[in-house]
Amino acid sequence: MTTATAAGRTTTSPGAIAPPGPARRRPMRSPYPTWFFIPAGVFYVVLFLVPTIASFYFSLTRWTLFDVEFIGFDNFVRFFQEPQLVQGFINTFIYAFLTSGLKVVLGLLLGVFLSSQIIGRGFLRATVFFPVLVSTIGVGILFQVLMDPFGGPINEALAAVGITGPGWLTDPSLALISVALVDVWKGVGLATLIFIAGMVAIPQEYFEAAKVDGAGAWNSFRHITLPLLRPATVTVVLLSLIGGLRSFDLIWTMTGGGPGFTSDVLASVVYKQYQAGFFGLSTAGNVVLFVVVAAIIYPLSWWLNRKEDER
Amino acid sequence: MVPRTPRRSLVAIGAGGIALSLALAGCSAGDSGSEDGKTNLTFLVDNGEATVATAEALAEAFTAENPDISIEVETRPQGADGDNVVKTRLATGEMDDIFQYNSGSLMQALSPDETLVNLGDEAYVDKFDENFVESVSTDNGMYGVPMGQSMAGAVLYNKDIYAELGLEIPTTWDEFIANSEAIKAAGTAAPIVQTYGDTWTSQLFVLGDFNNVLAENPDWAEEYTNNEAKYVDEPALAGFEHLQEAFEKGLFNEDFASATYPDGVSMVATGAGAQYPMLTFAAGQLMTTNPEAADVVGTFPLPGPDAATNGLTVWMPTTTVFIPKSTEGDKLDAAKKFAEFLTTPESCDIQSETTAPQGPFVIDGCDLPEDVPAMVSDMQAYFDEGKTNLALEFLSPIKGPALEQITVAVGSGITSAADGAAQYDEDVKKQAQQLGLEGW
Repeated sequence: MTTATAAGRTTTSPGAIAPPGPARRRPMRSPYPTWFFIPAGVFYVVLFLVPTIASFYFSLTRWTLFDVEFIGFDNFVRFFQEPQLVQGFINTFIYAFLTSGLKVVLGLLLGVFLSSQIIGRGFLRATVFFPVLVSTIGVGILFQVLMDPFGGPINEALAAVGITGPGWLTDPSLALISVALVDVWKGVGLATLIFIAGMVAIPQEYFEAAKVDGAGAWNSFRHITLPLLRPATVTVVLLSLIGGLRSFDLIWTMTGGGPGFTSDVLASVVYKQYQAGFFGLSTAGNVVLFVVVAAIIYPLSWWLNRKEDER
Repeated sequence: MVPRTPRRSLVAIGAGGIALSLALAGCSAGDSGSEDGKTNLTFLVDNGEATVATAEALAEAFTAENPDISIEVETRPQGADGDNVVKTRLATGEMDDIFQYNSGSLMQALSPDETLVNLGDEAYVDKFDENFVESVSTDNGMYGVPMGQSMAGAVLYNKDIYAELGLEIPTTWDEFIANSEAIKAAGTAAPIVQTYGDTWTSQLFVLGDFNNVLAENPDWAEEYTNNEAKYVDEPALAGFEHLQEAFEKGLFNEDFASATYPDGVSMVATGAGAQYPMLTFAAGQLMTTNPEAADVVGTFPLPGPDAATNGLTVWMPTTTVFIPKSTEGDKLDAAKKFAEFLTTPESCDIQSETTAPQGPFVIDGCDLPEDVPAMVSDMQAYFDEGKTNLALEFLSPIKGPALEQITVAVGSGITSAADGAAQYDEDVKKQAQQLGLEGW
């Protein structure tokens, strides 16, 4: 112990230029013995690594659950020939970017609003966060009823003020957007929470100093709050984009990908293949989904975080 | 919420499915089957009101006769979600001791030779209608026992509206459209009811037209299985075209995109809608929600181009009972006993008492009661004259899973008939390859 600490001191003290060797090695010296990690490791390998690797294999097979026939890349070829797939791809991106964008903008506005001194702040925060706690399936079924074009409360309310409401979930050009809006309603509470947490972490001294210098509310927001919220924004963007790209449950309960295939996204196409018993094909679809999400999120995450470091 | 989540979603679905099946099978998995000298069976049926009522009545009657066997009825969703439950449970060996599922192509997708108990050697098989036997058989065995009657995919219509407007039952498609236009002009009812809130209901224009396909080409089903006949070509394309035509002429109910199957049946019963292409198992729904309309709702076949070949497209009992291979020992004996019970006239009587019959029985010695709804008695004439053909799903193992979405798209004017048919041909190709058929 003593030698270790001594060695540690000698390496760190001499230089402002810290030698990279020990600094990198240090995380390896865990205070816990190796066997301590084995239970978690076993779970990780059995429940995540093995299925992941197995799925790469099964995506190359025609699989009926009862027997397996290796067919190379046929599943991927077939998957990309799916007439609905192109539509599903486009829809996935529309859905992901729409929900992600709205969650950032609305979450930021709500965050600013709910971290200011207002009456009933605790209650309002709880109200905004509440939808996050509700089951997605429940929300989906609820809004399916609310958005019913005939006798649904939303259109009834619109009719009361003389507006003929559209078929929110039955109009092919509107169905996906309607689901995306419900997704935003449900998810914006989490974004708000992250923004509030980020805002609370900004030292009050900055605002006081800015005030002394004569900055107004807008300048404080633009030049203090917004830049210092960057980590929170990055988190919200990444989480909501990943959530949007792989989103499935809400779409499935509200429209089932319909009418026809107009609100299908990658995940619902994959699920339908799975339902139909095309297990190899749907596994291939999931591999595609994995690659797409990874190809978008990793560069984006790298880019967002790099900017942060450069500041 | 790490980037690996897409993988996890499948794992989660799989794990969820297994957890669900464990939870549902829990009560049966625990017991050894014969504690206190009693054999306890579980019986999985779809959650349709009529199916559950029939299954429970049959289980009760059977237990009364066999006090040493008890049967507990459990339910699963209908449609594709239900297919999923059945397939997953069979594959994991977690299936209930007895289960109800579709005959025909849906059963073929279960790999029956590997998962189901062969009942081909049972004595009662001789009593079955030949068409039925074919619909639950593979080259290696016969697997199912009917719980219910055959039915037709036809047009349910409101007789009062037809009488009021002085309309005749149409025998060609043109007459059908003329009738529909007349109903539209009268303005009191929706000429044709469509209910895309339940997507499966959209398939009837295509599936129910199969009698007309066979009328033009008797070998169509075989050619289709051999990758020779296609939906993009006539005569099969007609079903898709009819759907498109009906949409373009504005003959559907206003809320066709969101209405559900029970809504549709009610509309025809109350006169809010005049004609509803549907399976005659709607008799069960009708007698549950609108029993006063038993004599108001009638049936006629979906008409084709030729009046001379006008006839019904017939489905074998879709509620068919199977025994999975995972049922063994005492439970297997008890399950077989229950299967045999289902083939007795006593069981047929219970079936017609609990839920309205949807068509003739397929077991010798089972007769329909006198007071069946008009929807069912209207079918008898076509059966008596031999003007019936089996639906495609009983003549070919291939049925594409995406048909319901495609027909919704065609019926909503999103896709043209030709494009829809082409999409369906692709869908069928996948199913054929998955089944490992020759020539695909």
